[in-house]
Order: sequence, then C-alpha cells, then structure tokens
Amino acid sequence: MSTDSTKLAFNDGWQYAPAPESIDHIQIDDHYGLFINGEFVAPEIDRYFESLNPATEKPLSNIALASEKDVDRAVKAARKAYTGVWSKMSGADRGKYLFRIARIMQECAREFATIESLDGGKPIRESRDIDIPLAAAHFFYYAGWADKLEYAFPARTPVSLGVVGQIIPWNFPLLMAAWKIAPALACGNTVVLKPAETTSLTAMKLAEVFRDAGLPPGVVNIVTGAGPTGAAIVNHPDVNKVAFTGSTEVGKIIQRSLAGTDKKYTLELGGKAANIIFADAAIDEAVEGIVNGIFFNQGHVCCAGSRLLVQESVADEVVRKLRDRMETLIIGDPLDKNTDIGAINSAGQLETIESYLSIGQAEGAEMYQSDCSVPDQGYWCRPTIFTGVSQSNRIVQEEIFGPVLAIQTFRTLEEGLTKANNTPYGLSGGVWTDKGSKVFKMTQKIRAGVIWANTFNKFDPTSPFGGYKESGVGREGGMHGLGAYLKLEA
Amino acid sequence: MAETRIPVAKTYKIYLGGKFPRTESGRYFPFNAADGTVIANMCRGSLKDFRNSVVAARSAFAGWSASTAYLRGQILYRIAEMLEGRNEQFVSELVLQGVSKRKAVKEVEASIDRLIYYAGWSDKYQQIFSSVNPVSSSHFNFSVLEPTGVVGILAPENSSLLGLVSNIAPVIVGGNTCVVLASESLPLCAISFAEVLHSSDVPGGVVNLLTGFKDELRDQFASHMDVNAVVFCDGDAEISKIIQEKAADNVKHVISRRDQDWSSEKSQNPYLISETQETKTTWHPIGS
Repeated sequence: MSTDSTKLAFNDGWQYAPAPESIDHIQIDDHYGLFINGEFVAPEIDRYFESLNPATEKPLSNIALASEKDVDRAVKAARKAYTGVWSKMSGADRGKYLFRIARIMQECAREFATIESLDGGKPIRESRDIDIPLAAAHFFYYAGWADKLEYAFPARTPVSLGVVGQIIPWNFPLLMAAWKIAPALACGNTVVLKPAETTSLTAMKLAEVFRDAGLPPGVVNIVTGAGPTGAAIVNHPDVNKVAFTGSTEVGKIIQRSLAGTDKKYTLELGGKAANIIFADAAIDEAVEGIVNGIFFNQGHVCCAGSRLLVQESVADEVVRKLRDRMETLIIGDPLDKNTDIGAINSAGQLETIESYLSIGQAEGAEMYQSDCSVPDQGYWCRPTIFTGVSQSNRIVQEEIFGPVLAIQTFRTLEEGLTKANNTPYGLSGGVWTDKGSKVFKMTQKIRAGVIWANTFNKFDPTSPFGGYKESGVGREGGMHGLGAYLKLEA
Repeated sequence: MAETRIPVAKTYKIYLGGKFPRTESGRYFPFNAADGTVIANMCRGSLKDFRNSVVAARSAFAGWSASTAYLRGQILYRIAEMLEGRNEQFVSELVLQGVSKRKAVKEVEASIDRLIYYAGWSDKYQQIFSSVNPVSSSHFNFSVLEPTGVVGILAPENSSLLGLVSNIAPVIVGGNTCVVLASESLPLCAISFAEVLHSSDVPGGVVNLLTGFKDELRDQFASHMDVNAVVFCDGDAEISKIIQEKAADNVKHVISRRDQDWSSEKSQNPYLISETQETKTTWHPIGS
C-alpha cells in the first residue's frame, strides 16, 4: 500500500454495510424446456444441464439440452411462422409487437436484473443500470425501424432473409439476445436463438415475455445447449443467416462451416483494445476510464480496454493512481449494490484467466493484484495489472476475457498508434487527450470499429458496433445493423 | 522496292509496387490470337509475386487511405482521361482477344464511363452511408466508413477490361489498395490498363496487377493473412467454397460477384464501394 498522504484510503476504518438485492420477487423454475413454436417443450431426448450461480457454485435451475432434432423442430417452427405469418405482416404491426416486448421488459426489469446477476455473476449495479435497460432500449429502437426500412437504403428495396440462427455469449446474456433478436424481427425474419450454456435463464424469461406479448408462435424459438447445439443451428440447411457473437476461434470455425452455402453471416468476435493515455489527458478521468475499460463486467467484455498504452512522462503517475483506485474496488456478492466486481462467469473461464496470469509472469512481466478479500465459495479473480510487458507477449496479443490489464508505455503518438494497431484484432479502442486535433488523429488511425475518446465502454442501440480485422464481419446496432438482416434488391 | 515496316511487339509484364517487373519466377504462358499467331508471352505470376504485391499494397495503404476524397476522385477521373486517350489501343487489344470491333468499342467506352461514375462517388458515398447517432447519453456519436485495407481481386474471366475496371474502381475509390489477378484467357488489357494507371497519378502499390493461372494463385488470395477482403468473380460452387473456407483463416470479407453482367448499369452502384468498407463509430463526451 502506498504511504502517500494524499491517497484516499477507503478500506481501513469505514466499511460498507451489505446492501443485497432481495430475491424474493423473482421466479426461477426448477426446469426449463425449449421454447419452440410459442411454448416450452421437453427436449426430444430427456437431457438437462445445471445452470450454476458462479458466486456460490450452487445450481439455480436445470436447462434442456437441445439435440440436432430439437434444432430442426425449432427451425421448422421458425420457417412456418416466417412463411405463414411474419413475412406477410406489415412493418407497422411487427413494430407494435416489438414495442410491446420492450415495454414488458421494462416492467420486469428488476426481475431480469436480479436473475442476470444470479446466473452470470455480474454486479447488480451493472445488470440493473446497463444490461437490462439497454436490452429493452434495443427492442424499442428497432421497433420503430420495422415500418421504415426503405428509408435506410437509398435506391434499394429491402427484403427479409427468412430464418436466422443466432448464437450469443455469456457475458451480456439478455443484452446480446436483444441485440440479435430485435433487428432480426424488425426486418421481418424469424429466429432460432441459442443462449450460452452458463447463462440461459434470462433468455428463458425473455421467452416468457414473447409468450405474454402474444408474439405469434414460432417467430422466436430459443434452444438451449452448448457447442453442438450451436453447430446444429449453423449447419441447418434451412437457416438463411447466422449471427454469432463469441470468440474469434469459434467465429473462424463458423465462417468455415458456412463456406459453400448461400447463408449470410455476421460475426462479432474477440478484441484486445488499446486504451491510450496521453500526457495531456485529464489523468484522474483517464484512470476512471481505465478502470471502467478493463474491470467492467469482470473484464468479460469483447471490447474491453485490456491493453493500457500510457505516454512515458505520465506512466508512473497513471500506474500509481490506478493501483490506488484498484484498492477501492469491492469484489464479492454480485447481488450487493456496493459490489464493483462480481464473480467470474464459470470455473472454466476462471481457469483460462489464471493460466494467463501464469503466462504473463512466465514471460517476465510484473503482476500486481489489489488487496481485496474474496469470498470462499464461487469463482473470483482480483483486479490485476501487468507492467513491464512487451508487444509480443501473449498477454498483449491474446484475449484473456478477465479483469487483467497489460500496461505498456510509448513516447510519440506514432509509437502509440503502432502498438495499438499491432494485434490481429480491431474491435475497439480508447484515447485520452485534452487536445481535439489529437483526438481526431487517433480516432481516425486506430484500426477498430468502435472508438471511445475521453470515455470508454459506452453502448447504445443507435450506435453501430462491430470489428475490423479478426474481430469480425458486419455491424450490429443502429441503422447499419439493419443491413445484417436484409437483402437489398435493386 | 516497297518497304514494309517491322512492327514493334509489346512485352507484357506484371505491375507491382508502381513498377513493371517480370515475374520473379521467370515463367511465362503464351497468349495466341484466334488464328494461332503468338501475340505475347504473358508473365505466369507466382505465389511470391503475389506476396510481394501484398507487401506493396500494404505499404501504399497508409498514404492512399489518408488521401482526400477529392484527390481520389480526381485521380479516378484522370484514369478515365488516360483510358480515353488510349481508346484505340484497347479496342485493338480486345479485338485481338476475339471481341468484335463493335463490341470492343462499346466495352472501352463503358469502361471509361464507369471510371467517371466512381470518380464522382469519391466524396459522396461517405455522406450516403455515414450517420450521426442520437445516443441516450451526453456523447457525440458518429459512424463513418473507412477502407478495410488490402483487397484481393480475382477479376472476371470473360470481361477483360470492363470487368476489371468495374471491380478495381469501387475498391480504390474507397481508399483501399488491391492486388488483382487478371483474366487468364484474356490478359492483354489488364497490363495495358496498368500502364494507364501508372500514368494517372495513382501512387505505386495502390493497384498491383498480376497475370497467371487462377488454379495456382487463387487459394493464396483467399488465405493470405495480410489481405482483408477477397473479391471473386468466377468459379463453380466448389471453388467458392474453398475461397470462403480459406478466407476464414483471418476472418476476411468474402465478396462473390459471380454471374454479373458487367455491361449492365446495374453493375455500378455505391453499395459495391461499401462492400469493402468498415464502419467506424466514435464516441466523445459532451461537457465542459
């Protein structure tokens, strides 16, 4: 601990009293079937898997494991709904369903947020203030597009694609479902969606919302399971488009398996964003931006600012302030409103993160972790930074997907840029400087799809998201996100 | 005694980094006229030529992508001017390649007009496809297009000049650089077009043009790790499957333009520019 007299000491003396979100208002069933053709049905083969609370390692529910046959049932239901109902419906009417869904999500927001934090481990403050409101906002945004599509594409007639298969990750379970489903439906497609196997619960609750909203049966079908269930969706011959968010490794497998088909695809893959701090930046704000960039959602964020590039003249100051700030972060019960950093999503992911901690040290970098206590049960990782890393280190080049920051320094703008762009990824980037012309120079030259200048990790339904290079193909969100779900006829 | 002048035959070479070298492999393939006369020994470009071209294209990318839209528009217009001036050469090459005179004239004219068409888009497509996004927080947020990087183009086999121009123009007007494999059976115009590019203020390396065998080079267009997008215009289902599979090595954009009628006006539109563009979204706080 620093002995600097100006340091803010939060952890000695005063303690925060626990402020847990209650769970008496939520309803989680003991078993969840597959949501096919508007109802929950048992899987063809009687197999279920447990969904755990990663903060306690205790099971929350049992989730149906969808087989290839179940996926086929779901695709058939989606096709029938497409040809029979959804593709014939006016855009205005499709929009009304989406508006209604957004409204019900807002009504159930507290339940959604609580279940999201229970099932995925993220702090309730984040699920309550970010994930759930943004998910509802996505439905609200795309609802309005449903009858206005022709205005988005000059001199073209937009036409829906048919049945779209969607596979989403575990880091923002409900939000990713909304990112995928809302534009797909607005554009007149029907959906077969697979949530990630560790975080199926809010997708199941979303299925209940669809049912309660009276969405015609088969318009959205949700099948649960792991990789093989996803592969069955990707490879199903009657799927017209695949939308995937997840790792670059799996993205490449999907791109390969779609070769030789006429299926359209969008891929939102990994990242290794550089957060670049210039000497003329507002340093205290930048430190907040670094913390938000890498510790938001335990670093389980594809666009996380997982590399810090700090100009040499302020490097010592930034790292000292960052370490002090890290000491104030509270890690623990995701349902506690004081918690800053929740549980790592799964035992498997914790293992991955810990292997990178070893790799980083073995490569010669210096590791620093905050002092905070962690609970005995559950999966946890203290906020971690590495200094003394070089560009070729694996912790600089590879996505860790945890609260682990690799710190490098630079002298000139050009050196900072070169280092920022020197990975196979290009999803996002950050730049902190007080000088406007430098902001624009950097934001133009960073080869990435989303750039935050003097801010980080901001999201909005109107704002397109997606990567350059190996971070993916296509955009989601905003007007640009419509193109992923339409073909354009001359 | 009537003297017959002996004509000077042209050596067709490849176009790489703004120079006209022979293929490093020293190999060639003959191009014969319909009557069997040898017209030229074309360079049979190698994998190494391709890799060198990618290096040249990558080096040229920073400068070309940073050039102003106005400048790129003027340079595309300049290409059209140069092509117009050499109109007759291209007509005679097309005729040598077996096209009727009437069709050849039309093809060259259409190629010139297509360049003008895209020259005009240089400072407009951005305005069509960009957006200011009204986010629900105190940020200024906007999305613009940026070139994806180095683009590999497997030019159409049956449209020697117009098909070539129709694929290069939308790629470079958007600030990308490219490596192009010319039509294997109709390769003459491609190299002459490189000469047009060379005299049109197109910086070296922005367009690199190879001649050679598709079966030999195609896979590396798809698999090269420093190529960001691959455009292909021919090939059966099996070939497009292989291209798409290999493109996944570095998550390339794959753009299939098979069965396109390049003489149709429908084959020119700004959406062809956007296919090799990325959307970049920038956030900045609004505050004091």
